[in-house]
Amino acid sequence: MPGAESPAISVRDLTRRFGGLTAVDRVTFETGRGEIFALLGPNGAGKSTTIRMLCGLLRPTSGSARVAGVDVASEPDEVKRRIGYMSQRFGLYGDLRVEENLELYAALYGLRRARYRERRDWAVSLTQLGDRLRSRVAELSGGYRQRLALACALLHEPEVVFLDEPTGGVDPVMRRAFFALIDDLAAAGTAVFLTTHFLDEAEYCHRLALVASGRLVAQGTPTSLKARLAGEVLLEVRSDRPGAALAALSRLPILAEATLFGGGVHARAAPGVGEAEALAEVARALRAAGVPAAPPAAAAPTLEDVFLALVREDG
Amino acid sequence: MSAVPAAELSEARLAFGPVTALDGMSFAVRPGEMFGLVGPDGSGKTTAIRALLGLLPLQGGAARVLGRDPAAGDRGAVGYLSQRFTLYGDLTAQENLEFFGEVHRVPELRARRDRLLAFTRLERFRRWRADRLSGGMQKKLALACTLVHTPRVLFLDEPTTGVDPVSRRELWGLLSELILGGMSILLTTPYLDEAERCGRLALVRAGRTLACDTPAALRASRPVRLLEVVCSPVRRARDLLAASPRVEEVQPFGDRLHVLPRRRGDDLADLLGTLEGVAVASVRSAEPSLEDVFIWRIRSGAAGG
Repeated sequence: MPGAESPAISVRDLTRRFGGLTAVDRVTFETGRGEIFALLGPNGAGKSTTIRMLCGLLRPTSGSARVAGVDVASEPDEVKRRIGYMSQRFGLYGDLRVEENLELYAALYGLRRARYRERRDWAVSLTQLGDRLRSRVAELSGGYRQRLALACALLHEPEVVFLDEPTGGVDPVMRRAFFALIDDLAAAGTAVFLTTHFLDEAEYCHRLALVASGRLVAQGTPTSLKARLAGEVLLEVRSDRPGAALAALSRLPILAEATLFGGGVHARAAPGVGEAEALAEVARALRAAGVPAAPPAAAAPTLEDVFLALVREDG
Repeated sequence: MSAVPAAELSEARLAFGPVTALDGMSFAVRPGEMFGLVGPDGSGKTTAIRALLGLLPLQGGAARVLGRDPAAGDRGAVGYLSQRFTLYGDLTAQENLEFFGEVHRVPELRARRDRLLAFTRLERFRRWRADRLSGGMQKKLALACTLVHTPRVLFLDEPTTGVDPVSRRELWGLLSELILGGMSILLTTPYLDEAERCGRLALVRAGRTLACDTPAALRASRPVRLLEVVCSPVRRARDLLAASPRVEEVQPFGDRLHVLPRRRGDDLADLLGTLEGVAVASVRSAEPSLEDVFIWRIRSGAAGG
């Protein structure tokens, strides 16, 4: 029974096999109403298979998933009515005007005239498209198109909204505005489920789950996931000659990885090498090579560092 | 005297009918550096690269590659990876390299091919058909193909778009090695976190350069410290902080807030300690991100070299 307290998405031991290949392997997680949740993973990790199951497009082999209280295996069509979906490649009609796109989606969702007007007014005011209703979509900037795609996905008042790399390539001002809007939407009780390769988008989420080779390898808040990297030593070297600094460090045995990073080098110490030892060895190597550089410093991990570490652990 | 830039646009102007693509864009890529052209879709990044390739004649200003007009210069000196670089799907990885090598009349092509397969860690996949390779491997193979004629300058148009984080990190490792070998690289990206990896970068928007410098200098140009506040419930904390006259801006990020104090150096300690109904887990002072700088430049209309 769906109720105010039931989770928006509840996934238990969800599994999907294609012949001998297990694309999704006993994945379990829950997201709440009002929560912005992200599913992250490299290509081939099972993300899109998971989403296709959650959207009622693909039947699970075993395990269960309920979306907005509805079982995806037994009532896939009801699931489709309760969710909204927006992607970078969202199908907007470029030759049509903004309001015509909205009308078209309303018709696809079977909204009646009076309800359509009410929902359109709500979606247009949320996404601030009021002054563009008569514009042709082809003439809109990326940021406006993104907001129209979101408005179309929200017309039928879905309880759960799926966003697939929603802000790739848009102006940073627009991106901030977009996530402020998503935050308002979540605050009003909608569950937001995001998938992305771009970890700066993931930073806007309340909780993240990471999948690799079909299995869920970690989940938590962005801050708690970064804290999991406490065992890894990351270093930052700033230098006017970053290429020379990299050359000096690239064969250093105490480092597992060293790459150019802005005006300097970012490095990761080999497993078992402590922070003090790594800092001292890096400083020594730079001095020995005669590379002018500021003293190396420990660096805070980014979500990308966390992601890569978990994928490495997974093998 | 400074060295001749590897690639340079100065006051470049170009319009396609009523659409202005380049509106005085200027930047210079120094020899041996990784330079990022950073801006949203439609900001003129791809047009800038096409002008530097000599494919689009400018209507004003100048484009130069290694000091020469790109339309007249040595095209063999340049490698170009477009956003939609096409490999031949039904040729194997090594046949693709051989094909592009033959087009460029590369001498001792087999040795060159093997070096590039080793460089991109694709040796094991050399006999795989290109369309059977993963997206990340295809990207590496495409990079190898653009390197086959040993260019001195590399133009990469959004090389990491659509590439997953694991392959992306590997690609950055390869670009690092190319810089180490003396290559000059100009790449475009819409992603500001990724732009941090470039030695210098130009922030571009609407065909103009908003700022051009090292990531550190760009961040230093916005002389404020943000407070990163991990707290719960985040929304309540945001509303309470946004109402304070001591706070200029509050930006929610998942489980935390970025808070910009109105007065420089104000750590808001007493305010954060007394937010009613909010548990503050940690407060950390942080530099503004490149995204913060970009937004600030756009809002303040601050343009500059």
